[in-house]
Amino acid sequence: MSFLEYIIQQLINGLTIGAVYALIALGYTMVYGIIELINFAHGEIYMIGAYIGIITLGVLSAQGLTQSSLALAMGIVLVVSMVYCAAYGFTMERIAYRPLRQAPRLSPLITALGMSIFLQNYVMLTQGARDKFFPPLFTGGINIDEVRISYIQVFIMGISVLLMIALQLFIKNTRLGKAMRATAQDKKMASLVGINIDRVISITFIIGSSLAAVAGIMVGMYYGLVNFYIGYVAGLKAFTAAVLGGIGNIAGAMLGGFLLGLLEAFAAGFIPPPHGAQYKDVFAFTILVLVLIFRPSGLLGEQVAEKI
Amino acid sequence: MKKILRVMVISLWFGFLTFPFMGNHAGLLIVLLLAGGGLWLVITTLRNTKTVKQWLERASFYQQGFQRNLNRRDRRIVLGILLVLALLFPLFNNRYVVDVAVMCGIYICLALGLNIVVGLAGLLDLGYVAFYAVGAYLYGLLSINYHTSFWLALPLGALMAATFGVLLGAPTLRLRGDYLAIVTLGFGEMIRIILNNWDRVTRGPNGLIGIEAPSLGKKFVFSQPIHYYYLILLIAIITIFVVNRLNHSRIGRAWIAIREDEVAAEAMGINTTRMKLLAFALGAMWAGLGGVFFASKMTFISPESFTFFESVIILCMVVLGGMGSIPGVILGAIVLVVLPEMLRDFYLPFMQVDFSRARMLIFGMLMVLVMIFRPQGLIPSARRKLELHPKKDEDILEQKPEFVYEVASKSQEL
Repeated sequence: MSFLEYIIQQLINGLTIGAVYALIALGYTMVYGIIELINFAHGEIYMIGAYIGIITLGVLSAQGLTQSSLALAMGIVLVVSMVYCAAYGFTMERIAYRPLRQAPRLSPLITALGMSIFLQNYVMLTQGARDKFFPPLFTGGINIDEVRISYIQVFIMGISVLLMIALQLFIKNTRLGKAMRATAQDKKMASLVGINIDRVISITFIIGSSLAAVAGIMVGMYYGLVNFYIGYVAGLKAFTAAVLGGIGNIAGAMLGGFLLGLLEAFAAGFIPPPHGAQYKDVFAFTILVLVLIFRPSGLLGEQVAEKI
Repeated sequence: MKKILRVMVISLWFGFLTFPFMGNHAGLLIVLLLAGGGLWLVITTLRNTKTVKQWLERASFYQQGFQRNLNRRDRRIVLGILLVLALLFPLFNNRYVVDVAVMCGIYICLALGLNIVVGLAGLLDLGYVAFYAVGAYLYGLLSINYHTSFWLALPLGALMAATFGVLLGAPTLRLRGDYLAIVTLGFGEMIRIILNNWDRVTRGPNGLIGIEAPSLGKKFVFSQPIHYYYLILLIAIITIFVVNRLNHSRIGRAWIAIREDEVAAEAMGINTTRMKLLAFALGAMWAGLGGVFFASKMTFISPESFTFFESVIILCMVVLGGMGSIPGVILGAIVLVVLPEMLRDFYLPFMQVDFSRARMLIFGMLMVLVMIFRPQGLIPSARRKLELHPKKDEDILEQKPEFVYEVASKSQEL
């Protein structure tokens, strides 16, 4: 494998995982844009999405659907998981965040953390602490010289890009999207012109959570296994991506996700093995600190003076 | 009728949510939720009846009267009795109980330290355990490699942890509160990953074995839980004393001002960055102290003792007890150490798990519930009781002038 091919290979790997980070980061950034809260439990929603995916897939393959029609089965898995994650996200907002809308800033942060711990342990207790395996459904791939793109990578990138475009269209063109933008700008003003703020916030959580569900399933298929603590690391990384792009900025979250995926792939590829893998997570975190110190508004975010 | 329907819908909704994870147990959960909801309905209806309402009002009246009458001298007597009880405690209890009490002592120090950062200065620090690890590893390494005395390591550990606090705080404290939470969380993880992977120095996951126990002179070496008990009691009393003085000092007031409104605090001439840095350093200091003590007690430490969950447990103590309230935080620490010990053999009705595995689940839930239903915690801080909250501000306009005067004069007392 030549050097150029190696770089291209890392590029593809990076873009794949970056697409997933971007999907999760969207959830963080949308919620932050509207209620200025870091939803710590968002990573857990992603993990729940992966679990629901595995469980649904198990049921479907017992019925023999995965063998007869893979596309239909995948569709069902995605939809079920999205519905469930949306339900979890919605419930979470109702329980942990809505009652604290007027409380000091510290309170919702603490409930968010509590929620995250709760969901993590809930899944651990009901599903066991061991890794769960995703049945390999897409095998094979495309080989161009030495560079290999597996079908799963194509699937991940295809679906993510599709969802991101859909989200952009939704926010730009629909009434609800407009309401969301208005709420993000000024909650009080938006409610004065007749926007139901509570509903908009619920919808934001629902959309963010369904995107996380898709990300969960895709990562599960990509790595072949999930466990109850994947949400923690993925959450931290997606948050890094959101901050990198400028938190609250939707295009920024996408850019940040892809960028972080690429940076990570190249760091893991070029730093000698024992350290590259061990310190991979430290690496993402270092980026986060650097961005926060030198450019807290992120790449695409505007410098906003704090509201007094 | 509407309420009953609501309870049913909520129960079914949770059944739906948990079904894929719990299978048939979800049905059991629905039944439990229905029962709980029914009970809640009965209680709320009862509460609204006239007699019970009067009864509750009278109870709260007596309680307030009791607290108001507890003046300074009485408070000293109560504290004196508590101290005597604490001193006599290990003489009437077996080793196991004393051991648990020692753990309580460690967590009281840790929780009081975190209380400075979270409760007083209002900065959410999720990597607090990293400072604990710094203290523990400092003493562990010094003891194994250089046979340094425990008594020397104690201030060194505190100093080292405070230094780390400043190092972490200096670049990050300019950030908004929520960013700080994430950065400290990452910092905590980073310390743990480094401890795990820096084999040459920290011996990785195997940990440090053979740390020396503290000794007095040449002859007396700490070996029994009771020895450690009196040592941690002394440390805890010093901690409580210092934290209490800090709370009522100019610095403490500055922290609270920052917590309530950073911009206003800055406008009043408080150097916010310096004060926040000070809170970080002073909070970290107690964690370092606790870490040194922990290492000397266990004589063995490994990165496993310093996970993110440890930070969460300490935070939970502060939240449960009442942020900013010293007696509250002490109570919170004691409750969260003793309760899991007592419930060790208790099995949860479904999920087939024992309590010790479900501990974190309950702690997570506790944090959410406390923040929603009782944000002031078990024992609210004295200051908090006098604060004027937005809702009450409107009431005040309708209150008689005497009430306003009373609030104003009380707040001057503090």
